[in-house]
Amino acid sequence: MFTSIFFYFLASIAIASAIFVVLNRNAVYSAIALVLCFFSLAVIYLLLEAYVIAVLEVFIYAGAIMVLFLFVIMLLNLGLEDAFPYFRHLQRALSLFMVGLFFVGIFLIMFNEQGILHQPGEKFSAGDIYALGEALFSKYLLPFEVASLLLLVALIGTVYLAKRKI
Amino acid sequence: MVVPLEHVIALSMILFSIGVLGVLFRRNAITIFMSIELMLNAVNLALVGFSRYYNSVDGQVFVFLVMTLAAAEVAVGLAIIIALYRNRQTVNIDEINLMKN
Repeated sequence: MFTSIFFYFLASIAIASAIFVVLNRNAVYSAIALVLCFFSLAVIYLLLEAYVIAVLEVFIYAGAIMVLFLFVIMLLNLGLEDAFPYFRHLQRALSLFMVGLFFVGIFLIMFNEQGILHQPGEKFSAGDIYALGEALFSKYLLPFEVASLLLLVALIGTVYLAKRKI
Repeated sequence: MVVPLEHVIALSMILFSIGVLGVLFRRNAITIFMSIELMLNAVNLALVGFSRYYNSVDGQVFVFLVMTLAAAEVAVGLAIIIALYRNRQTVNIDEINLMKN
């Protein structure tokens, strides 16, 4: 019961900070709100018993990626973005309409059965590092190696793009 | 475990829709990038939820790969933004129309 309330509390924090990210005019505040969103998602992963993923979320997203974002924001020295004329154009109103349609569509697909709420089994053993590592190095060995290749390509590409002169 | 699967998926849907709105509404390239990160995280949440409720580790392996992809994508994307800023002195995507002229 308590953990259930905790889940909804974290979910509301995540949604509120995500809205803040989208609506704020200052990019630095957006980045900080996104860090808050990532932390609440990490705790939700803990509640879902995905311990390794929760730790990785904090390390990679809240640590590495957001630090990269903040570095770039401060490097570029952006001011406040102009106040957005959101709904002045037909295009913006149309995009809002399309997102609403998308949302309702998935909602109808997901919740069309008559009130069947999927409850999980009691025993869950797939969240620890042992199970994840075993799957990564046996069943998913090829995608794992391809991911390492992808990281190498991204490394070389980043150095090439950000250099002033080659 | 605490909540039914549908509630986890609903949270994931809401976060994804907010991310889509951010991509469509914002003109600042960096904020658009953050919205893309938000969408990736929403998908991660759905994958972790399914992994928990169907008692399988496969979803978490996919989350692992998505995180790798997100790291690579952010590094390359921010390098592109820096290169653009060096040439145009702006990150407003309305003013970046190199392909057009």
